[in-house]
Amino acid sequence: MMERFDPFKGERLQVLDEGGRVQTGLDPGLPDEVLRKMYEAMLATRVADAKAFKLQRQGRMGTYPPSLGHEACQVGVASALAADDWIFPYFRDLGVYITLGYPLSDYFHYWMGNEAGLRTPEGLNIYPLAIPVASQILHAVGAGLAANYRKLQIAVAATFGDGATSEGDFHEAMNFAGVFRTPNVFICYNNQFAISVPRSRQTASATIAGKASAYGFRGIQVDGNDVLAVWTAVKEAAEAARRGGGPTLIEAYTYRMGDHTTSDDASRYRAGEEVREWESKDPIRRLQAYLKTKGLWDEGFERGLQEKAAALVEKAVEAAEARPAATVDDVFAFTYAAMPPNLREEMADLKAFLKGGSR
Amino acid sequence: MIMTMVQAVNQALAQEMERDDRYILLGEDVGRDGGVFRVTEGLVDKFGPERIIDTPLAESAAVGAAIGMTALGLRPIVEIQFMGFIYPAFNQIISHAARLRNRTRGRFPVPLTIRTPYGAGIRALEHHSESTEALFCQIPGLTVVVPSDPADAKGLLIASLRSEDPVIFLEPTRLYRAEKQEVPEALFEVPLGKARIIREGKDVTVIAWGAMIPVARKAAEAARAEGIEAEIVDLRTLSPMDGETIVGSVTKTGRAVVLHEAPKTCGLGAEIAALIGERALLRLKAPVLRVTGPDITVPLPKSEDYYYPGPERLVRAVRELMEY
Repeated sequence: MMERFDPFKGERLQVLDEGGRVQTGLDPGLPDEVLRKMYEAMLATRVADAKAFKLQRQGRMGTYPPSLGHEACQVGVASALAADDWIFPYFRDLGVYITLGYPLSDYFHYWMGNEAGLRTPEGLNIYPLAIPVASQILHAVGAGLAANYRKLQIAVAATFGDGATSEGDFHEAMNFAGVFRTPNVFICYNNQFAISVPRSRQTASATIAGKASAYGFRGIQVDGNDVLAVWTAVKEAAEAARRGGGPTLIEAYTYRMGDHTTSDDASRYRAGEEVREWESKDPIRRLQAYLKTKGLWDEGFERGLQEKAAALVEKAVEAAEARPAATVDDVFAFTYAAMPPNLREEMADLKAFLKGGSR
Repeated sequence: MIMTMVQAVNQALAQEMERDDRYILLGEDVGRDGGVFRVTEGLVDKFGPERIIDTPLAESAAVGAAIGMTALGLRPIVEIQFMGFIYPAFNQIISHAARLRNRTRGRFPVPLTIRTPYGAGIRALEHHSESTEALFCQIPGLTVVVPSDPADAKGLLIASLRSEDPVIFLEPTRLYRAEKQEVPEALFEVPLGKARIIREGKDVTVIAWGAMIPVARKAAEAARAEGIEAEIVDLRTLSPMDGETIVGSVTKTGRAVVLHEAPKTCGLGAEIAALIGERALLRLKAPVLRVTGPDITVPLPKSEDYYYPGPERLVRAVRELMEY
C-alpha cells in the first residue's frame, strides 16, 4: 500500500469515503468481530471523552485535552498493534488507551490529578503519555534500538500531533530511526492545529508524510477520519518493522474538533464554518455507515453499545473518584529508588506540619 | 594497577559491560575513535557496534533514545562529549529521565548514566570549560556524581551504572591524566550519597569536589606551614548531598569554606552554606565563606587564570576565617 500512495503526488490512502463506501480493491477484509470491536472502541472513546470534558467543567477533573474527532486515528493505530508491540503515546490519545485495555479509571485518575493513574499495568506495553511535545518520539526510537539489540520481532509506535513536527526532537528521532533502521511506526495526527497555530505555520512542506523521504524511509498520508485507512497503514508499517524493514512515517490527516484543552477556546482562532465542514467527515458515522451496508449495524446494536459505553464510563468515574488521595509518602517515595536523607527529613517535616506539630 | 582516571573509567566500563549485557554505551565518537578523550578506547572491539553505538550528532536524541531503551530493560550509558554540549538534552534529562519513576509510581524507572567531562583549567575552546553541576542538583530524581581521583572514578562509576536512578557522572577533564594512582583490579563500588574526609584537620573545613580537590590539598599544605590544620571533605556525590558528613566536620572545626569552580551565585556553595547555617550555626566561629569562579562566563585560555580558583585564593579565605 505504501508504494501506491505517494505523498509527493498528493495521494492519500482512503479506504472508506465520507459516506462510508469502501474504495474498490482497498477493503482490508477484516472479520466482522474486529470491525464491531473497532466501532465499539471508537464509541467508548467518544463517550469517555465527553464525560471527561463535563467532569472538568464540574470541577471534578483538571485541565483535559479532548480527543473529539481523533477516534479513527487512535483506535486505528491501537487496533493494528500486536500484544508484544509498544506504543509511546502523547497527551491526546484516549482511544489508544481504551483500545489497548488500559483501565479507564486509572486514565481518569491521572487527569483528575494523581500520578498513580499513570502506572501502566504489568503486561501492557504503553509508555506513559508525554506532555512535552515530540519528546516521546525519541523514546520510541530508543525502544526500537533496544528491540533490534535484543532481536525482538516487535514494532514500536509513537504518536504525536502536527505541531510536534516543528520540534527538534522530531527531526532527531526521524534521523536516528533512518540511520539505525529502527522498527518504528511514527503516526502524526495532523489535526491542523497546535493550540491556535495552523498547520501552515508549522511547515512549508506540502505534506508531513513527505518528510520521511529526507530521512531515508517510507512516508504515507492517510485519511485520519477513516479508521480502516489508519489501520491498514499502521498494520503494514508494523509488519515491515517486525520483519526488519525499518521505520515508517504515517500522516493521519484529520481535524481537532474540540478545543486544544479545556482551558482553550478555539473560536478565538478558527471559523465555525470550517469546523462544521469537518463534522460531515465524522469518523464514527463513517464506520457506522460501512457496518450498516455490511449488515453489521442496526439501532439495537447501537443502543447496546451506547449503554455499554455509558456504564463503562460511569464505573470508571466512580472508581477513579473512590480511590484514596495520594499520601505524603506517595509524593516522596518515588523520586529515587531509595529515599535519600534530605527527602526523608523534608517528608517528616511536612508530616509534622500537617499534624500541627512542631519540628 | 597504577592508572590514570581515563584508564580507570575505561576499565570500569569494560568490566561492568562484560558482566552485564544490558549495558549499552552510546554517544558521539565513542566507537572507532574511542571518544575524544579516549575514555572508551577499545570498547567497540570488545563489545561490537551493537553495544558501543556511534550516534548521529544529536545530544537530545542520544539521551531520549537511552530513556526509551530503559523501557525494554536495558541500562544505557550516554557519553556527552563536553558538559557545554549537554544543554540540548535538558528536556530529556529534566522532563523525562528525572521524573519517570515518580510519574509512573515506580513502573518505569530510568537506570541511565550520563557521563560527561566538565570543568576549566585545560586551556580549551569556548564551551569546553563548563562546570554547571548546580543546574542538575536542582532537579529532583537526578543523582550528580563527581570523582576526584582514578580509584574513586572507577568505584563511583560502577555504583552509578548499577544505580536504578539516572546519574549525571561528571568527569573532571583536568584530572583525566593529571595523576596516576593504584586502582583495584576487581569490580568495586564507592557508595553514592556519601562524602569522604580525605584530610583531617581541627581548624577549618574545606568542602570541595572533582578538580578542586588537588587545589584544596595544595592549599591545606600551604596553610599547615602557617600552623592552620584544614580538614578536606570530598563531596563525591553532589546530589543528593551528604549533609551529615559536612555538618559533622564543621561542628568539629567551627569554620567552613566551600571551594568550587562554578560561578558563585546560586552555586552549590550557597546550598552548603545554608545547610551549615541551619544545622550548625552555634558551632560556627566565623561566617561560611565561598571561594568560587566569579559570576562571569569562563574566559578563553589567555585569561582563564583570572577565573579559575587556585590554592592561593583558598589559603587567603582560610586565613580570613582564622583571623575573624
